[in-house]
Amino acid sequence: MAILTKAAQAGTLESGDAVVTVAPASPGSGIAIDIESLVLLQYGESIRQTVLAVLQQYGLSDVQLKVVDRGALEYALIARTKAAVERAGLAEEVTGHA
Amino acid sequence: MLEVLRSMLFVPGNNPAMLQNAGVFGADAVILDLEDAVAPREKDAARFLVAEALRQVDFKTSARVVRINTLDTGGAEDLRRVVSCAPAAVLVPKVQSASDILAVAGLLETLEQPGQAPVQIIALIETPRGLAEAYSIATVHPRVIALAFGAEDYTAAIGAKRTKEGLEIISARGVLINSAAAAGVAAIDTPFTDINDEAGLRADVALARQLGYKGKLAIHPRQVDLIHEVMNPSVEEIRWAQRVLAVLRQAEQEGAGAVSLDGKMIDAPIELRARHVLKLAENIPAGGAEQ
Repeated sequence: MAILTKAAQAGTLESGDAVVTVAPASPGSGIAIDIESLVLLQYGESIRQTVLAVLQQYGLSDVQLKVVDRGALEYALIARTKAAVERAGLAEEVTGHA
Repeated sequence: MLEVLRSMLFVPGNNPAMLQNAGVFGADAVILDLEDAVAPREKDAARFLVAEALRQVDFKTSARVVRINTLDTGGAEDLRRVVSCAPAAVLVPKVQSASDILAVAGLLETLEQPGQAPVQIIALIETPRGLAEAYSIATVHPRVIALAFGAEDYTAAIGAKRTKEGLEIISARGVLINSAAAAGVAAIDTPFTDINDEAGLRADVALARQLGYKGKLAIHPRQVDLIHEVMNPSVEEIRWAQRVLAVLRQAEQEGAGAVSLDGKMIDAPIELRARHVLKLAENIPAGGAEQ
């Protein structure tokens, strides 16, 4: 599994875009997703599934993620999440003990 | 998709709202721009956005072209992100020599997925050296399908003032169209940068067409229709082209040698021009040809 090395952000608050912020979370804490969107009721779950799938592609299991959505379509959400994750940097999770 | 390139519309590569609407303006190609339209610190984010747009956004009838950065300023990373998303072509900026093209072509070959259609190359010529090398740039690799002219950087480099009339670039436009024609590739003219000057754009496109250009770069969606209007063959030209081909067909059936139309001999260049007029005409929406 992978872990994030630091917090990072990508995207803008312009219409059609979203700001995605990711930060490392303590081991075992899981993925916490916070979404701020004018269309939360209609699309909140869809947004959550989209960003979650990207985190899972990277093998991330302990992440704090926030989306401030300004009406981003799925492709933009995926791109912003990928950019945020890559900016945060990935490392292999150390699971064993010396 | 790249056979007719009357208009190629630049779209900023880090702007989702513009990317997802880029196909609605009917440009023959959209250029998803990773170079000048993207701030240096946003290049990484723009690569992801353009890649995902290529995967998911419907650009309708517009061919998908990506303007990369030069290879020494992030272009190689651009290619690594976008080539597998199957753009029709990449627009390579500030091409100086044939070796620049070979370097891009080499990367394309390693990055394309099995079964993927080859990504074509359009070379943006915007320096005096690039212009001097235009023919070898156009002929060095079969992926090169067009030369495009970028007059802003070129004019700065030669120390001339850029004007709307464009007298300062008339010789460069001539060299570029000749190089492209000699190489058998398309020539795309420089953009007209005053997006509010419709009359100026019309005159500029008309001049480009008169010089032999079949296409023009566009920096705003509102330029697309006017570029098409001026670049489209007129009804009179279309009828002439149809008559040329009809006469040629008849001559072939009758086994005739030299043929003429309206007292003028039809030779190979006339036939070529007629075929090009009809190819362009196929892309004109109903009622779109100029009277």
